[in-house]
Amino acid sequence: MSHFGGMKRPNRNVRNGISRRHAVALLLAASALPSTARADEPAIQIGYIRSMERHPTISLLDKPTPNAGLAGATLGLDDDNTTGRLQGQSFALIDVPVHPNTDVVAALEGLATKGVKLVMTDLPADAVLKLADAGRAHGMTVFNLAAPDDTLRQQDCRNDLIHVAPSRAMLADAVGQYLVWKKWTRWYLVYGSHPEDKLLADAYRRTATRFGAKIVAEKLFADTGGSRETDSGVAETQQQIPRQTQGAPDYDVLIAADENEVFAGYLPFRTWDARPVAGSAGLEPTTWDASSESWGGTQLQDRFERLFHRQMMPLDMQAWTGVRMVGEAASRTGSSDPDKIMAYMKGSDFGIAAYKGQRLTLRDWDWQLRQPILLADGRTVVSISPQPGFLHQVTELDTLGIDRPETKCKLQ
Amino acid sequence: MQTAMNRILVAAIGILLASGNAFALTAYVSNERDNTISVVDMDQMKTIKTIDVGQRPRGILLTKDEKDILVCASDDDTIQIIDRATLQIVGSLPSGPDPETFALRDSGNPLYVSNENDNMVTVIDVPTRKVLAQIPTGVEPEGMAVSPDGQTIVNTSETTNMAHFIDYQTRKVVANVLVDARPRVAMFKHDGSQVWVSSELGGTVSIIDTAKRAVVGKINFAVQGLRSDVIQPVGIRFTKDDATAFVALGPANRVAVIDTKTQKVEKYLLVGQRVWQMAFTPDEKYLLTTNGLSNDISVIDVADQKVIKSIQVGRLPWGVAVAAQ
Repeated sequence: MSHFGGMKRPNRNVRNGISRRHAVALLLAASALPSTARADEPAIQIGYIRSMERHPTISLLDKPTPNAGLAGATLGLDDDNTTGRLQGQSFALIDVPVHPNTDVVAALEGLATKGVKLVMTDLPADAVLKLADAGRAHGMTVFNLAAPDDTLRQQDCRNDLIHVAPSRAMLADAVGQYLVWKKWTRWYLVYGSHPEDKLLADAYRRTATRFGAKIVAEKLFADTGGSRETDSGVAETQQQIPRQTQGAPDYDVLIAADENEVFAGYLPFRTWDARPVAGSAGLEPTTWDASSESWGGTQLQDRFERLFHRQMMPLDMQAWTGVRMVGEAASRTGSSDPDKIMAYMKGSDFGIAAYKGQRLTLRDWDWQLRQPILLADGRTVVSISPQPGFLHQVTELDTLGIDRPETKCKLQ
Repeated sequence: MQTAMNRILVAAIGILLASGNAFALTAYVSNERDNTISVVDMDQMKTIKTIDVGQRPRGILLTKDEKDILVCASDDDTIQIIDRATLQIVGSLPSGPDPETFALRDSGNPLYVSNENDNMVTVIDVPTRKVLAQIPTGVEPEGMAVSPDGQTIVNTSETTNMAHFIDYQTRKVVANVLVDARPRVAMFKHDGSQVWVSSELGGTVSIIDTAKRAVVGKINFAVQGLRSDVIQPVGIRFTKDDATAFVALGPANRVAVIDTKTQKVEKYLLVGQRVWQMAFTPDEKYLLTTNGLSNDISVIDVADQKVIKSIQVGRLPWGVAVAAQ
């Protein structure tokens, strides 16, 4: 049995877990959406092995919805089918919700028996790797929609594994470039006690070294399991956060590395010193923000809200992008053959428009999707990295993350 | 003359109307973020009036008789009709949801509207203000153009990345031509032989042969000192003799001047920020460009190929239409 989840946040996933009943209702809702596909050829099948694990968030506004990711994939499928209809192509999405302690490889095998070769997943890194390895025997390609782990793009990279999600290094570089552009180069790095937080802190350390910033102090915030805001929480955090951020040497900005939402959301306006917060709170790097309206973003937000009656979240954007990448490659090749679709996607002509002002393309050394990173404060998009002045001989997008000369990836 | 004109302009507009051919050369600019239209007197080269319209006004054009201004009020899901004489909104057209741009057949009717949120082109009979048809196209329909002979309508779709050819008689899509990423504007040459399609993210203009319905050429752009990704072609205009094309390059803040024979860029004219749509004055002396981020329009002297003036308008100017009289 191959399991995922469970190791990160004991006792927290139960309350926000999504019941099977919800998932079924959701599938029915999704299947009721208008489909305009024509059945000239067999449909191009896209599987989605989808995590049903939900973590609590510090802000109620960020609470993950039951259809997080699925909504984005569904809209992407709609867009694929509208385009495909004009070329006699059709696309189908096969949603496979998996709960913690589900055998993810069995879920993948289930898709394989249906002849599915293109599989999206928003599972964590260890599960992504299991899927990629198990899918190889079936000639499958796995699209990593959510796992930011750099190891997946480095020593654990795979030729049949496409990374739609930006890596931690890319996200940290996106924040770092902006802070350096602002000349806020003295950083106070505060990181959580979960393994992911330590990896994210490493990414910020790398960023500081690359771009000439200085981490003047570091502090570990241990997850003691009691930091959710409740009735008395406001008073508690008001007392605790200033005390815990006291005594740092002079710094320009506090960078929080807290992927599991334990403390970062409580930092802004509560730090001992009057300093801005970036990273896991304050100014956050993201693939999407519901306030993004540049480059036709308004249209996408409108289409999304009309279908799902909520705002489009980053995971929705990542899923939309993954499904659209398949649609775009199918449209350009005029083929419904997954092998031909993937060959085109990995070629030099491929690019996908995703409301970021430029085409997103694949890095051919680790199959990471090149992409601008939005920096959002929760109300507006503050900036978009890469920043002016961070130059690159091939594309400025490669100033974010692990570049070709540094890669440890050997694709096979 | 100038003083006389000023006096006339401050006088009651009704008197002006009674005198018949008394309009100054006037440009109308839709301001996407202000929900207004700026009325620009081209003799004075300044904005003389601002009209409140519906939400998110974008596409703008004049009816064939030039009596009315039509404007897509995208967020109000309607096209508003503004009487040029009174500058009052006198009616609306049933555009379908989120109309962005439109094109009139040369005869003045019907009107073809792209419904950006709805993957449709809506065909409207202007005199009766009725919908004649809705034609499904690609995702995020955008550019609209009608061939000079009125037989072919071209619609571009931004996310599907195609130019859709629609037959006038049958109102069916008869061909789909793949172009580069995010096609925005389609524009026929006056002789009808080609339709040019700008691709905002692809950074190119595709030249489509109208008869073959295939891409027969592609124009690339390069501006020294600018990253290629800020060169985002949008608006396209041809001189009446089809010899020269002007292409607005969005955040590159430039308009490219192209020899249509060689298909080479001859010059880049520096205009305002995020240059979007363009329109000639009827005598083709000037080309006006809307500059979304600098909130102005640039006036290009067509013969000299020089930018001679910028005129302040509202916020996020999107489209521009110029009246012949």
